Amino acid sequence: MAVRTEDIIHNCLWQELGLKDSEYERIERLLGRHPNWTELGMFSVLWSEHCGYKHSKTALQSLPTQGEAILVGPGENAGVVDLGHGLALTFKVESHNHPIAIEPYQGAATGIGGIVRDILAMGARPIALLDSLRFGPLEAPWPRHIFSGVVAGIAGYGNCLGLPTVGGETYFDEGYAHNPLCNVMCVGLMRHEDIQRGVAAGVGNSVMLLGHSTGRDGIHGCTFASEELGENSPDRRPAVQVGDPFVEKLLIEACLELQRTDVVVGVQDMGAAGITSSCAETASRAGTGIEIDVTKVPLREKNMTPYDIMLSESQERMLLIVERGKENVVEEVAERWGLHVATIGRVTDDGLFRVYEGSEIVAEVPARALTDQAPIYRPLAERPTYLDQLQPIDEKRVQSLTDRDHLKDLKTLLGSANLASRRWIYQQYDHMVRTDTVIPPGGDAAVLRVKGTSMGVAVSVDGNGRYTYLDPYTGGAAAVAEAARNIVCTGGRPLAITNCLNFGNPEKPGIYYQFAEAVRGMGDACRALGTPVTGGNVSFYNESDGKAVYPTPVVGMVGLLLDIEKRLTVGFKRAGDIIVLLGDGPVALGGSEYAQRILNELGGIPPALDLEAEAALCEAVLDMVQARILSSCHDVSDGGLAVALAECAFRGDAGATGAKVHLEGDVAPPLALFAEGHSRIVVSCAPPKVDEVVRRAQVKGVPVRILGQVASERFSIFWADDILIDEDTNELTRCWQEGIPCMMS
Amino acid sequence: MKCAVVVFPGSNCDADVYHALTDDLGVDAHYVWHRESDITGYDVVVLPGGFSYGDYLRAGAIARFSPVMVSVQRFAQRGGLVLGICNGFQILVEAGLLPGALLKNDNLQFRCEWTTLRVDNHCTPFTSRCRKGQVLSLPIAHGEGRYHVDSDTLKEWNDAGRIVFRYATAEGDACREANPNGSLHNIAGIVNREGNVLGMMPHPERATNSLVGGEDGRWVLGSLVDYVERGCV
Repeated sequence: MAVRTEDIIHNCLWQELGLKDSEYERIERLLGRHPNWTELGMFSVLWSEHCGYKHSKTALQSLPTQGEAILVGPGENAGVVDLGHGLALTFKVESHNHPIAIEPYQGAATGIGGIVRDILAMGARPIALLDSLRFGPLEAPWPRHIFSGVVAGIAGYGNCLGLPTVGGETYFDEGYAHNPLCNVMCVGLMRHEDIQRGVAAGVGNSVMLLGHSTGRDGIHGCTFASEELGENSPDRRPAVQVGDPFVEKLLIEACLELQRTDVVVGVQDMGAAGITSSCAETASRAGTGIEIDVTKVPLREKNMTPYDIMLSESQERMLLIVERGKENVVEEVAERWGLHVATIGRVTDDGLFRVYEGSEIVAEVPARALTDQAPIYRPLAERPTYLDQLQPIDEKRVQSLTDRDHLKDLKTLLGSANLASRRWIYQQYDHMVRTDTVIPPGGDAAVLRVKGTSMGVAVSVDGNGRYTYLDPYTGGAAAVAEAARNIVCTGGRPLAITNCLNFGNPEKPGIYYQFAEAVRGMGDACRALGTPVTGGNVSFYNESDGKAVYPTPVVGMVGLLLDIEKRLTVGFKRAGDIIVLLGDGPVALGGSEYAQRILNELGGIPPALDLEAEAALCEAVLDMVQARILSSCHDVSDGGLAVALAECAFRGDAGATGAKVHLEGDVAPPLALFAEGHSRIVVSCAPPKVDEVVRRAQVKGVPVRILGQVASERFSIFWADDILIDEDTNELTRCWQEGIPCMMS
Repeated sequence: MKCAVVVFPGSNCDADVYHALTDDLGVDAHYVWHRESDITGYDVVVLPGGFSYGDYLRAGAIARFSPVMVSVQRFAQRGGLVLGICNGFQILVEAGLLPGALLKNDNLQFRCEWTTLRVDNHCTPFTSRCRKGQVLSLPIAHGEGRYHVDSDTLKEWNDAGRIVFRYATAEGDACREANPNGSLHNIAGIVNREGNVLGMMPHPERATNSLVGGEDGRWVLGSLVDYVERGCV
């Protein structure tokens, strides 16, 4: 039953919908009257933080969005970059954090569904998925439950769609114990001429709904996503949607078939805030109006009010703007794929979003008021005091740990949740379907071939919450740098990024400081590395009981390999090859896995990042890729140099699974082995190529150090005359592979 | 050789099979929509992998009622070659063209990985290029691939050499460690009594190009080409 306007005013019911008093007053001003219940519901969802970007817009405007390769920048369903040959790539990351905390399987599954429809709305065929996940420590039962549910949900939905999940990252940390994160990325491929926009263009054109019927599921999902989690959050289970991947698969095929008919003028995904947001956004982008009749919407439940229909977040639905008189073309395609379809309204010229229930108008608001006139807040930023209390980890003390059993420490690290093999995760994902996966999960970035060309596309998703917590600016920049390094390590040239920014409550000055600084760092890194931002997603209010998640900016990056035959992989190729370290940035133990796992120190100062050095390193490697002088290439990241070298050995070809390395220099063993730093890449090459590797590195101004040789199956690291580590690689591999399965069984 | 690739709602390896056949093996392949009933003129019908009808109810349980399956039954009865891969194998079992059932993997998880299989019968149209005991490296990607059948049928199939592929080590040992899903006797693929219908869980179409990890799928798909062109094993 509809709520009466008098009751809204008398009982301040907007508060129940998550609107502030000042926001209600703003709505009154924009309308020149009191909104009714349906209208208020529509404003509440589009003005939620999730849809309205109220607290993030100002900071995000500082990000670079222009570049040679950019065909579509922020503002559409997803950004698009040029690949050449008339082909384009579209990609986007989105969060589904709040839902997985309540219902991990469906929360993750519908996260995949939503991001896939964003890519589909651009006119592209979705070709790959990646995910960036954060959970509490695996030692505790609740994070284990959420972790296994999320992985199963991604698998259950993505596998059914026939979309390979080709990469991602997963971390476990106390900082996510109460607020797990699930960010999913989808990549799509299309021809330039197929790029589709989410516009309600052409007055008189029909507004059609394709896909699933509409039910009461997910009402106020995005309002839920815009508040902190609390003890009543499990009651929010009805705000989590339920996915049907089979219908989504049909929707993909139907939409791509419609693409070829030229009767569709605009396409919009129906995700957060369902019909309300999709209609308002398409009309607003086109500068038109839209009117719909809720009695025309195919429903799956009885007695749904206009309010329910407008706010439903039922999954697997797309909004189509179709040329007037050509509705039958859409109906035929829908019939063929067994999907619901309905003409629910038409495009108008008055800028209004008008909702009828039969002949009665139940809502009438300017489309732009919903999409463009949400209040923009400039929250107060205040440097949190904890940042000033951080002390560098006492490296003198660490250096005195030279008599530690380094082999034991290495084994502990290799078997730890954050460094162990991710096989347990990615073997549940169909990562090979579509037969384009050239570099599968487990490498630095995944590489997909583009059939019919010699090109490859490299994709990676990266972020480090612990670093960002300890140094927000560097953490934001490092996410971009790490993604670029990962792409470069496969031989790809980084093209552009999309981001997903996971933070706490931005109304708290300390949290907003973390956000603003991380965005500033991200912007600087994007400029330095030539990778503009094509769009993104912000997830605030990742808090429980007043405690925020680690600030976690996640970067999804795409890169291009002009010649896929020149790709590089992590594993050593031949015993006797020379192992070379490129880059020599500062290293530190602050925020490192060694500090966390071995020293039990959570604080410290993380390593600094020199963006110029990073850019030079990337250029040097790409130059060597062109010259085809490298055998293998791997980013040195979590766990430091010893772990990176071990990973090269684990992935080595038969007879090239060992290493014999000498680490000498100004830092003592624990640091030399395990300290982390940016801008370092370990490569191997055939002995006659070493001089050229060194020369090409020096030309680009990149420090270069010869570490040793690839061995057949023994992994040894020396420091001066001391043997620090000497072990059969098989034994190390066992620790690394059994890490997660052991914790999960 | 003219090959039909049947597309059910929810098939998702149809394009991969089509691509492998046309671009890597030079076969004349065509998509056939599940509502079509005419499959005359084809030498081979492939039921590809995927999640037909979402695998709701049970994998393959609904697809067997698709109109095209009546024609596939008739095609098989007349000796036409039918290859069911993954979900296609599940559909063949549901349709009664092959005995047994495919149960949930014993690890209760979806598994996507490279496996090695031993060719136990090289005298079928699907393995004519292979040697007996040859080990092929092919990927699997399924949640319900644990083959099961009653003991009488198992004995009959074993004795008659209708178990064509078994999961085995690279050395050809069909041991427990080589079995990715708990399949009975490490069974990865079987043929019918007449030898013209084969179901297999591993994906030969994913291994016809070294760029994506291997070419052993050509041993299976290429065998079909040889058989059709020569008319005998």
